[in-house]
Amino acid sequence: MSGRGRGRGRGQLTFNVDALGIRSGESLPPSAVKPSPVFPPMQVQPLPLQASEEVEYMLALKQELRASTKVLPFYIMPAKPKKDVVRYSDKYQSSEPQNNTIEWSPDWSRMPAELRVKVRKPLESRERPALKRKVKSEGKQEVLQKLEKLEKKEQEAASGEEEEDGEGKKKNEEEEEQEDDNDYDGEEFEEETDYIMSYFDNGEDFGGDSDDNMDEATY
Amino acid sequence: MTSQEVRLCGLLLQEHFGEVVEKVGTHLLRSGALSLRALAHETNTPLDLVKKSLCVLVQHGMCVFGSGRRGPGGPTEYRCLVERILYTLRFPRYIYTAKSLYGDTGELIVEEVLQRGEMTMSSVVKTVADRLTHNMEDGRSMDYSEVISAFSSLVDTHFLQRCLAACGKGNAATSSEKTPNSSAATPESLTDCYKLPQINLRGRGKRRRSSGDSDVDQRGGKRAKLENKELCGDEGVFWQVNFERFHLHFRDQAIISAVASKMDQTSSEIVRTMLRISEMTTQPNAAYTQPLSANEIFRALPASYNISRSTLDQYLTLLVDDPMEFVGKSGDSGGGMYVVNLHKALANLARATLESVVQERFGSRSARIFRLLLRKRHLEQKQVEDFAMIPAKEAKDMLYTLLSENLVQLQEIPKTPDHAPSRTFYLYTVNQLPTARMLLQHCYKTVGNLIERRLFETRENKRHLEKSQRIEAILASLQVSGAEPAQLTEVEEMITAPERQQLEALKHHINKMDSSENQVDETIFLLESYISSTKTSH
Repeated sequence: MSGRGRGRGRGQLTFNVDALGIRSGESLPPSAVKPSPVFPPMQVQPLPLQASEEVEYMLALKQELRASTKVLPFYIMPAKPKKDVVRYSDKYQSSEPQNNTIEWSPDWSRMPAELRVKVRKPLESRERPALKRKVKSEGKQEVLQKLEKLEKKEQEAASGEEEEDGEGKKKNEEEEEQEDDNDYDGEEFEEETDYIMSYFDNGEDFGGDSDDNMDEATY
Repeated sequence: MTSQEVRLCGLLLQEHFGEVVEKVGTHLLRSGALSLRALAHETNTPLDLVKKSLCVLVQHGMCVFGSGRRGPGGPTEYRCLVERILYTLRFPRYIYTAKSLYGDTGELIVEEVLQRGEMTMSSVVKTVADRLTHNMEDGRSMDYSEVISAFSSLVDTHFLQRCLAACGKGNAATSSEKTPNSSAATPESLTDCYKLPQINLRGRGKRRRSSGDSDVDQRGGKRAKLENKELCGDEGVFWQVNFERFHLHFRDQAIISAVASKMDQTSSEIVRTMLRISEMTTQPNAAYTQPLSANEIFRALPASYNISRSTLDQYLTLLVDDPMEFVGKSGDSGGGMYVVNLHKALANLARATLESVVQERFGSRSARIFRLLLRKRHLEQKQVEDFAMIPAKEAKDMLYTLLSENLVQLQEIPKTPDHAPSRTFYLYTVNQLPTARMLLQHCYKTVGNLIERRLFETRENKRHLEKSQRIEAILASLQVSGAEPAQLTEVEEMITAPERQQLEALKHHINKMDSSENQVDETIFLLESYISSTKTSH
């Protein structure tokens, strides 16, 4: 339909000239050949801002809120970039949480459980409870009996086994230090004896045990 | 979720919670509902950081989670709520309203709950009491019971409400708060949404001691920590700010001030009384308040306004006859039944906003044309010139400017089946609702520009700001350790005069931009209320 008007004659326009009030010969506004400027000059100045006590109070509130949100635990910092070398001062200067948990405690019954960041305990503390539990369950009397048995078996027992027991004994003694002051001297004596004994054992059995499994030459 | 809204939300999140939350939040806004893994993958952020950001967003109610597209067996999906993020722009207004209604205590309560998203009553009371004690003079401290009473009054007038139980759990929770049949229970539908828990909290606020009494502080600190672990009887009951109630309050304020400026103080008091009586009985999105009889209004007027009964009737008649139609008459019993037309009032306020925008931008004559088109709906070019009494050439120019800004639309009415231009009517028209929506998007863009400019100014002058902060810190420490005035002046002179001027100018600019944000937010509120009122009336 509009092709009819477009085809005939060059001067014809697609809209009705009379209806829109453009007489021939009048200058139309210049057509735009580039996008409008980013900061065009304004013909009218805007009104001044409202200035009352209420407005100033709200302004102060807004700025205070902005400052305080930076301090709250809800402000999440991006991940620290990996440092090239681990420095000694890191231990004393790091201000971010060591593990990736959030610094406030929400009510987890109202949040999805998958958002909880599990903290993995470091390795030694995980092993320690296992050993403590193992030794603790035996009871003090049984441990003393076991020690006497070990003293008899010191020649036959492998060095590894004794070291392990010694470690368990040491841990047990650390526990029992607080509970039992009477046996303190005895335990210490035994500990020293144990150390010396194992030292001697090493000297006698170490070469013998390792010789059985050695395929490579000793250096 | 328009692009301007998303941009503004991103800027607000960055300001309040940092870049990580901004990245996660804007991505979630753009993509709709996503699961945790998908979100972490698409934003290239470590999973732990994404978890932290989502915790922050859920805590503040800006993100909801639920079983996703795969049903209860699949991963939970998270969705961001645009409106809640945009409300952060209005926090100063909420806090100021609470202050004007309930004093400093109410102000601090609302501020704490807004900043932390949701809190238990006992933690609010303790924190607010401590803060108030800190500001009081030595020796006095704030009693918990006063804070509790302020908290109760906030809850009674519905400004604070209980948080819902978690909606992500597939099976209905056994807690007494959840209604048995609805999965999307709104807070209003809960019966004990506004019920205060029984807590046994007695005591006074603690003052944070200065570093002088370090021993006492340590012991006091340990005792305070032990006390914090005491159960106060309201574990699991969290309170949040009821934004809708604040919005109703703002709407009422706008109507009252409009009546005051159009008519006089007494009529605004009458309208205020009417709105106050029907505060609790009107639904949030009702078109009019419940009908009130003139007798009721007369009895409820404040004592300071002792006008006679006949004067009241005259005022009410004037209000009803006013073209603004704020008040309508719905019956004759009880001396006349009157209602406040809420939706009409909002529409009128929005219309006034549009008119004033056109007036300030394009001049009063363009505003005349705009108002004419609003009133007469459809007009031809010739009729516009005649009715507005503006010469043809200028009227043409103004119409074309308004048309290019999309404030005025052109409607074609063909006379013949082929839409020949010479035989078609071209009518100019203004549609209020689409124009209001467009203006709302402009407002969002404006606030986004203001925030970006403010960040730019701060970044440019970062060096100066840091230097002045360092010098202030040095001054403060010198004053505490008791230095001579000569040393103080020496330190102050480290900032040169031109630098001082630059800092002053910077502060002035930032203040101006902040107040502009607050002022644009008032317009945003008005337009948003109008648009949402038209949605519900369909």
